[in-house]
Amino acid sequence: MIRYAARRLLTAVPLLLVISFLAFLLQQLAPVDPAEAVLHAQGVPQVTSELIAQKKAELGLDRPLLRQYASWLASSVQLDFGLSYVTGKPVWSLLGPAFMHTLQLTAVSAAAIILLSVALGVYCALREDAWPDRATRGAAFLLTAMPPYWLAAWLVWLFSVKLDLLPTSGMDSAASFVLPTAVLAVGYAGVYFRVIRSSMIAGRNEDYVLYGRANGLTERAITRRVLANSLQVAVPMFGMAVPILLGSTVVVENVFAWPGLGNLSVKAILGRDYPVIQAFVLLLASSFVVFNAVSEVLSGLLNPRLRKDL
Amino acid sequence: MKRISRLLSDRLALLSLAVLAAIAAAGMLAPWLAPHPPDEVNMALRYGPWSLHYLLGNDQLGRCVLSRILYGIRPSVLLVLAAVLASVLIGAAVGMAAGYAGGRTDALLMRLCDVMLSFPGYVMTLAVIGVLGVGLQNILLAFILMKWAWFARIVRSSVRQIADADYVRFARTLGTGSLAILFRHILPVCVPELAVVASSSFGSTLLQVSGLSFLGLGIQAPQAEWGMMLSEARQSMFSRPELMLAPGLMIVLTVSAVNFLSDAMQQAVDPQAGSSKRHQPERAEAALIGREVA
Repeated sequence: MIRYAARRLLTAVPLLLVISFLAFLLQQLAPVDPAEAVLHAQGVPQVTSELIAQKKAELGLDRPLLRQYASWLASSVQLDFGLSYVTGKPVWSLLGPAFMHTLQLTAVSAAAIILLSVALGVYCALREDAWPDRATRGAAFLLTAMPPYWLAAWLVWLFSVKLDLLPTSGMDSAASFVLPTAVLAVGYAGVYFRVIRSSMIAGRNEDYVLYGRANGLTERAITRRVLANSLQVAVPMFGMAVPILLGSTVVVENVFAWPGLGNLSVKAILGRDYPVIQAFVLLLASSFVVFNAVSEVLSGLLNPRLRKDL
Repeated sequence: MKRISRLLSDRLALLSLAVLAAIAAAGMLAPWLAPHPPDEVNMALRYGPWSLHYLLGNDQLGRCVLSRILYGIRPSVLLVLAAVLASVLIGAAVGMAAGYAGGRTDALLMRLCDVMLSFPGYVMTLAVIGVLGVGLQNILLAFILMKWAWFARIVRSSVRQIADADYVRFARTLGTGSLAILFRHILPVCVPELAVVASSSFGSTLLQVSGLSFLGLGIQAPQAEWGMMLSEARQSMFSRPELMLAPGLMIVLTVSAVNFLSDAMQQAVDPQAGSSKRHQPERAEAALIGREVA
C-alpha cells in the first residue's frame, strides 16, 4: 500500500513540471515587458532603455528561456514569485493570506457539501421515487440551474437586508461563513447527492444485500453497508471537489467581498498584474494535481482492486 | 432513429427543446422583436415600472429591459453554443484521430489531453483572460482551448471500442478508406454519447460565462449580456431588487431547459442508466460530474 501511494504520488511529478512550464510561459506570452513593469512598480520616475537593459540583466531576463525557467522554478518552490507589478510588494505577501482565507472557506464548504450530499443521497435512495425524493431532486434541479451569484444576491437581500440576521459581506466572524458556504454547498451538493443516490440504489440490488436480509440483518445495518460501498464512488468525487472549489469560489468571493484568492485574481487580471496571475495559476493547478493524486491513493486504500493498475 | 423517437415521446424533453428553440430564434430576430434599441438611454425613465411601452420596465439608465434581454441572448446563449460546438468539433476530430490511429499518435494526443484536463477549468479561463485581456471572445476562446480535451477523451474511448468491431473490420477488408470508415461507420455511433455530454457541458458553460461577465471580465458596457445586466442590477440591489429578476430568471430558464434535455437524451441513449435494474456508474456519473458546477 505504501509503495502504491508513493508510486501514484510520483506520477504527479512530471505533470507538475509540465504545468509549471505552462504557467511560466504565461508571462512570456503577456504583452508587457517584465523589466519595464518592475521599474514602474518600483516607482522609477524616468524609464530609459538603459535602465530597462540593466534591469533585464539584473533579473536574468537576457538568459536563454530554459535557464530562466529553471531559476524561476527554483524560486517559486520557495514561494518567491517576485514583485507585484501594481503594488510592488512581494507576490506571496498578497497571495499567502488570500490563499489561507480561501482555504478556510473551502474547508467549511467541503464539510457542508459532504454532509449534505451524503445525507440527501441516503435519504432519497431510501425513499426512491416517493415524494420526498422527487421534491428534493426537483429542488436540486432548480437550484443547480441558478447562477450562484444570483442566488447569493437573493440570500443577501433576504437574510442580511430584510431580516438583518447575517452580515452582507466580509470575513469578520463565524456568521460571515454562513451565506457563502450555503451558496457553494447548494451548487455542489445538488449535483453530488444524485451520484450517491444512484449508487446507493444500484447497491441495494446486490447479492450481498439479499444475503444480509436473509440472515436477518436490520435495514439499518444493511443501509450502513450499502453506504460504505457507495463511498467508493464518493471519495474520489469529494477529493476532486476540494481543488475545484478552490478555483471556483471566484464568483462567490466577489459577491461577498471575501478577501481570498478569487478576489485577488480578478483584481490582478483587471490590473494586468502578471506575476500575481502566474503565481495564482501555478498554485491552483498544482493543488489540483496533488489533490487528484491524494484522492486516488485514498480510493486505493478503500478498494484494493484499484491498486493493481500501478 | 429509435433513440430520436424515444426522445420525442418524452414531453418534458419536447417542451425543453421548444423553449430553447424559441430563445434561439428570439436572439437571432432581436432587431425585429425588440421594442426599443437596447442601449437607448432615457434618464427620465430611470427605474421605470412595468408598462405597456416597456413590458419589463427600465433599468438604472432608463434602458428598455426587455430589449436588453432579447439582445442579450446573442452573447449569453448563441455565442456560448457556438463555442461549445467548436470545442466538440475539435475534440471529435482529435478523439477520432487518436482512437483510430492508435499507437504513438494515440499516446501523444492523450497525454496532451491529460495535461489540458489537469488544469482546473476556472483557473485555465482566468489564465487566458489574464494574458489576452478581458472580453467575451477571450473567455470563449479559453473555453474552447479547455473543453476540447474533455470531448476528445470521450470520442476516443468510443472509437477504441468500435474500431475493432466486426463490421468495421469487414469494411476495412472490403477496402473502404479510413476516412469513409470513420465518417460512415464510427462517427454515427459516437454521436449520441457526445450529444449528452456536450449538452450538459453547454449548461455549465453558460453559467460560467455569465459568471465571468458578472465579474466584469467578459463583455464590456454598453453591450447587453445577462451576466452583465445582473452585475449592473446588483449596484441597486438594496433599493431595486426587482431588476435582478428578468436576467436571472432567463438564465435559470435556459439552463433548466438545457439540463432537462440533456437528462432526457441520457435516458434515450441509455434507458437503463439511473434505474435500479442495471447500473452503469461510469457513464451516468461521467455525465453528471461533467456538468461541473459553475
